[in-house]
Amino acid sequence: MEILVCVKRVPDTAENEFQLNSAGNDLDRDDLVYSVNEWDNYAVEEAIQIVDRVGGNVTVVTVGDSESEEVLRREMAMGANNGVLMSDDAFEGSDGKGIATILAGEIKKGKYDLVLTGAQADAAAGQVGGMLAAMLDLPYASLVNKIEIEGSKLKIGREIEGGNQEMNEIELPCVLSIQTGINEPRYVGIRGIRKVAQVEIPVKDAAALGVDPASVGDAGAKVKRVDYFVPVLGDGAEMLEGSTDEIIAQLIERIKSKGGLA
Amino acid sequence: MTQIYVYVTHKGGVADDIASEFIAAAKKIDTGATVTAVVTGSGADLDKIAQSLTSKYAEVIKISDPALAYPNAEVIRKALCNVLDKSAILLAPHDTLGMDLCPGLSIKMDSAFAADVVDFEGIDGGKLKLVRQELGGAVSTHVTCDISNGAVITIRPGAFAAADASASGKVTDKPAGDLAVKRRFLEVVQAEVGDVDITKSDVLVSVGRGIQEQENIAIAEELAEAMGAVVSCSRPIVDAKWLEKGRQVGTSGKTVKPKVYMAMGISGSFQHMGGVKGNPYIVAVNKNPKAPIFQVADVGIVADILEFMPALTEAIKDLK
Ligand SMILES: Cc1cc2nc3c(=O)[nH]c(=O)nc-3n(C[C@H](O)[C@H](O)[C@H](O)COP(=O)(O)OP(=O)(O)OC[C@H]3O[C@@H](n4cnc5c(N)ncnc54)[C@H](O)[C@@H]3O)c2cc1C
Ligand SMILES: Nc1ncnc2c1ncn2[C@@H]1O[C@H](COP(=O)(O)O)[C@@H](O)[C@H]1O
Repeated sequence: MEILVCVKRVPDTAENEFQLNSAGNDLDRDDLVYSVNEWDNYAVEEAIQIVDRVGGNVTVVTVGDSESEEVLRREMAMGANNGVLMSDDAFEGSDGKGIATILAGEIKKGKYDLVLTGAQADAAAGQVGGMLAAMLDLPYASLVNKIEIEGSKLKIGREIEGGNQEMNEIELPCVLSIQTGINEPRYVGIRGIRKVAQVEIPVKDAAALGVDPASVGDAGAKVKRVDYFVPVLGDGAEMLEGSTDEIIAQLIERIKSKGGLA
Repeated sequence: MTQIYVYVTHKGGVADDIASEFIAAAKKIDTGATVTAVVTGSGADLDKIAQSLTSKYAEVIKISDPALAYPNAEVIRKALCNVLDKSAILLAPHDTLGMDLCPGLSIKMDSAFAADVVDFEGIDGGKLKLVRQELGGAVSTHVTCDISNGAVITIRPGAFAAADASASGKVTDKPAGDLAVKRRFLEVVQAEVGDVDITKSDVLVSVGRGIQEQENIAIAEELAEAMGAVVSCSRPIVDAKWLEKGRQVGTSGKTVKPKVYMAMGISGSFQHMGGVKGNPYIVAVNKNPKAPIFQVADVGIVADILEFMPALTEAIKDLK
């Protein structure tokens, strides 16, 4: 099975304190720690496990700048066979549809049986997978947490509200967005990264992908982020300060009054 | 005049809460908009839903077909494309069905798409202004959406106040058209019931990714024991298999209604907080002073939970 997995380099939510830049139109990105989008790691692991079972290749692709190459290498160290970086100044400022248009360019050129994306990335949109499928006229299912291959069809589970699982049958080729927890992504050590450090990663621009530059990037975007701000929801928490002992004394008093301590 | 459709989801013959939230959302887009409810399904349940919505909406479009009996997004997408005016704005819930349905729908309708919107700030020069969040709620963004060719927008459940609209509307039946798709619904498998029922506990010590290692779960268990509480968790802890699924709080886990909720090393994403109901007293401990959890908590402490939890455990034990 030929599997394409879309991956994105994103700021790590567990590692960063997000600050706005002085103009307020972007995050202060200087000291941000980036990693591969959590959901995409599960998608790549799933692709590798499928290929281990039935044969084939895993190709990882990303739309981004030269720094995005590092996430391709990381996923290749996990076991993906090929990587492609899609990069062009014309891609800058793309909305979800723009990203999907660029990715569709690569998919139309290849012969993929299965395309995987993460359920969502840093902007928490969860849009690219469904858009890709619609553009390519392929069947789609989101939030997939189980995949079984049954000939030219897949039996898949979708995680729905309450953690219940909606089982579906879907024809190949198809696009699936992967939910976390579907597998346990393998650990990538520094040695694994070193092994793929020299592998050539092709870079494709709009022309190479057959994408009209006017349909992507800022030029093609109908949806545009104007600014960032830090939300003020309600009054916010009462912050306890002082020495640990003082904080704990205040906290115990409050928990008691709310019935949290017998 | 702006035409707004709202796609009302329903279960067991009852409309989801979002049916009332759409009204407030639509008003924030355009107070003068024509708002039409759209329901899909089949049989008597659907008739009942459609009828019940006429007390809130002046017009209700009902699309009935046996193929729509189970909400399969692939089928619904075709039905909506066959029936709706593509230049309108369509609102749907940002839940597991809306996420499945809407991005592709926007492509098929050739309209703009915005996901998980928490607020609208009206229309200005053909552009709808809206607010959404990124990075697990750490930052918000203002976004403009070109609606000249229509838009498909998912809104966050609970983000808009449920409005009391009263109408005496009518139901219009529309034929679904061709619904052939390449995905077939089989069945729903219910989530496993775990060994502990976190929904029954008055006090929850809930751990998130801040717990860092499986061995550290014991630290939370000791605190819970001292408090007479039960340990629950956020999703990454279950994904890592450090605790069983039955302990997960959130939209894809359990809904809990404790008196006191101790969020330990949890950032406070809406999918997590969506499972915390009944207005409990929320205690948040997080090493990041900017963590979004501090916006929704009642009391906050900036600390390392691996140091703070043992100290709190000792102090509680000393009380006894
Ligand atoms: C469809 C869908 C459904 C979902 N359903 C759920 C759900 O039901 N439940 C759920 O929880 N999530 C759910 N999620 C995932 C959700 O979006 C978040 O990714 C998740 O809640 C984050 O968990 P967290 O807060 O533990 O981790 P993070 O966001 O990584 O936060 C960890 C926090 O710990 C803090 N921290 C780190 N180390 C320490 C330390 N030593 N001491 C103190 N603080 C520390 C960090 O500052 C950070 O704030 C769902 C996502 C999707 C797409
Ligand atoms: N720039 C990108 N390059 C490659 N894949 C992407 C990119 N942005 C999003 N994706 C894919 O789309 C998924 C959902 O992201 P989003 O729709 O942005 O929430 C991600 O998990 C990736 O698989």
